[in-house]
This record gives sequence, C-alpha cells and structure tokens, in this order.
Amino acid sequence: MERHILVVLPHPDDESFGIAGTLAMHLNNGTPVTYACLTLGEMGRNMGIPPFATRVTLPEIRKQELEASCRAIGIKDLRMLGFHDKMIEFEDQELLDSSIGALIEELDPSLVITFYPGYAVHPDHDACGEAVVRTIAGLPEAKRPKVHCVAFSRDHEQAIGRPDVENDIRDFLKQKMSSIQAHRSQFQAAELLGKKKHTDKELQARFGKEHFWTYRFE
Amino acid sequence: MQHIHPADIQPRIDRLKDQDLYIHLEMTTGAYAAHLDSSKHPAATFISNAVIRYSHGSISGNGPYRVGLKTASGWIYSEGLTHYEESDSERLIMAGHDSQGKLVVALQLSKEPF
Repeated sequence: MERHILVVLPHPDDESFGIAGTLAMHLNNGTPVTYACLTLGEMGRNMGIPPFATRVTLPEIRKQELEASCRAIGIKDLRMLGFHDKMIEFEDQELLDSSIGALIEELDPSLVITFYPGYAVHPDHDACGEAVVRTIAGLPEAKRPKVHCVAFSRDHEQAIGRPDVENDIRDFLKQKMSSIQAHRSQFQAAELLGKKKHTDKELQARFGKEHFWTYRFE
Repeated sequence: MQHIHPADIQPRIDRLKDQDLYIHLEMTTGAYAAHLDSSKHPAATFISNAVIRYSHGSISGNGPYRVGLKTASGWIYSEGLTHYEESDSERLIMAGHDSQGKLVVALQLSKEPF
C-alpha cells in the first residue's frame, strides 16, 4: 500500500483516461491522493458541442469540471497551481520545480504519477514530466519517491519498452467513467461510452486497464 | 456561443474603433494534430493582451467569416470565424470552430485585459 500519492499533470482531464481508475483503487485502499494540476486548460480547443464555452469562460468552466472529476474519483486534495496552459515548456524552470518540490516536501509521497518526459505527445505533458523528474532527481536518492509515468506517443514502446505496471481497474470503472463525464466541455462522453453501464464487457475491455512506466533515475 | 450574424458584428466592431483595446488573437491546429494524423502539420500561434487600436474595421464573407481591422501602420486579419458571444456587450468575442466543434481561430477585443 502506498503512503501518499502525488499526481502532477498539466491539464484538467489529463487524469481521466489513463489514471482515474488507479487513483480510485488507491483511494479505496485508504491511500490519500493529492492532485496538482498545473493549468486550467484555458487554451483548449474543445468548447462543447454545440460550443457552450468561449476562450473567456473556458478556464472557469474547466475548473468546475476538474473539481467534479475529483469528486467522482474521490480525490479530496486538489491543488490548482495557476500556470498558463500551453506555456509549461517556456515557464521559469526554477518556479516550476520549486512549486513541485514544495509539494513533495509537504506531502512526502511514496509515489508520484506524471507523464513520461518525451513520450507524452503534448508539449505541456512532456514539460510537466520533465519538471517532476528533474525535481525528484535533485533529491538525495533515499528521499526519492517512486515515479510512475504515462506514455502514449507513437514511438514510445520502441524507446522505453512495455509498461512495467499494469493496473486492473475494472472494479473502479464507474469512478473513471464519471471522471470522463465530468469534463463535458472536453469529451463527448455519450459518444465514447454510449448508454453502457460500467459493468459492460466492451467498456471493461477498452478502459479496464491502466499502464505505467516506472521512471529509472540514472 | 451563437453562429455569427454579420449584421450584429459590424456595429460591435464600429463601437470599439479609435480606442486602445486588448486583443487576443489565435490560430491553432491543436497539439494532437500530427499525433492523430501524421500528414498534418501542427501549428499554433497566439498573442494575448497586446494593446491595439484600429481606425476602421469590417466583417465580410458568407460564413465562415473574415474580419479585417485597419491600424495606424498595419492590419489585423482573421479568417474562419463562425461563432460569437452575443450576450457580451462590452467585448467582442469571436471564434471559428471546425466541423467537430474544436476551436481553430479566435479574435477577441476588450477594453479590459483578458
């Protein structure tokens, strides 16, 4: 059992498809989870169909969706760090690293979950993972929490191989589906999930497993 | 957001001329463009809260629409606009959404920063 899990991701909804079930599983085991979300996803392109958000209202709408997603998963400690969407790779690294470092210092997590730097497609994902890995690499070896990374770029398996962690989250599919549904400006849950229930075999096959790569520090 | 009615946009453009305004101008294919289809070239650009002033501006086309704003020494141009925020009387919030509803282009003007 983990002592405390810290999740560091750049956008509201990054938690939904790859991580939500794993978090619900750990929460069910009694492990506290803190989710640090770097931005409000205010530069997102999805505005709902038909569009109900605008560039101006999107940050507030996505903030509410993020809070609803956390409620769905059972996360009670959500930190919104206030960085600007799309700009993580250009952000002052000291500021970024010290924000993440302060959370690690405060929470002393046994596991940190983030994106795999270089294999997570969106520049914010890669920059977020880089900042987490850079911050943890700066800690003395004995103080470093485990880091589990999400990777999904086209070439990722050639470079980093198969994931070494596979979580069967079929028992927590309900929470995961509710997290997806919470981000209603971003995902067309009706199209993705249809009217199927979380016990549906097809949905369980599609969404019932989550994969992570343990980051190997040099 | 509503579909653009050019007849409602033009007076809004006229009301905002000859004064300092904050502009948010953006165009994006999305960060996942090449991930989803390797033939696509991902590109995006935005400028947020730059201060501009135009002496003349108009909307044209049959939808998606084009807007051109003439400044003291140049132009601001945006093509592909489909939607606007009708309820916002102080600011002009326009965007172009593709067939999947995703934002491709945005042109926003306001007397206050965004």
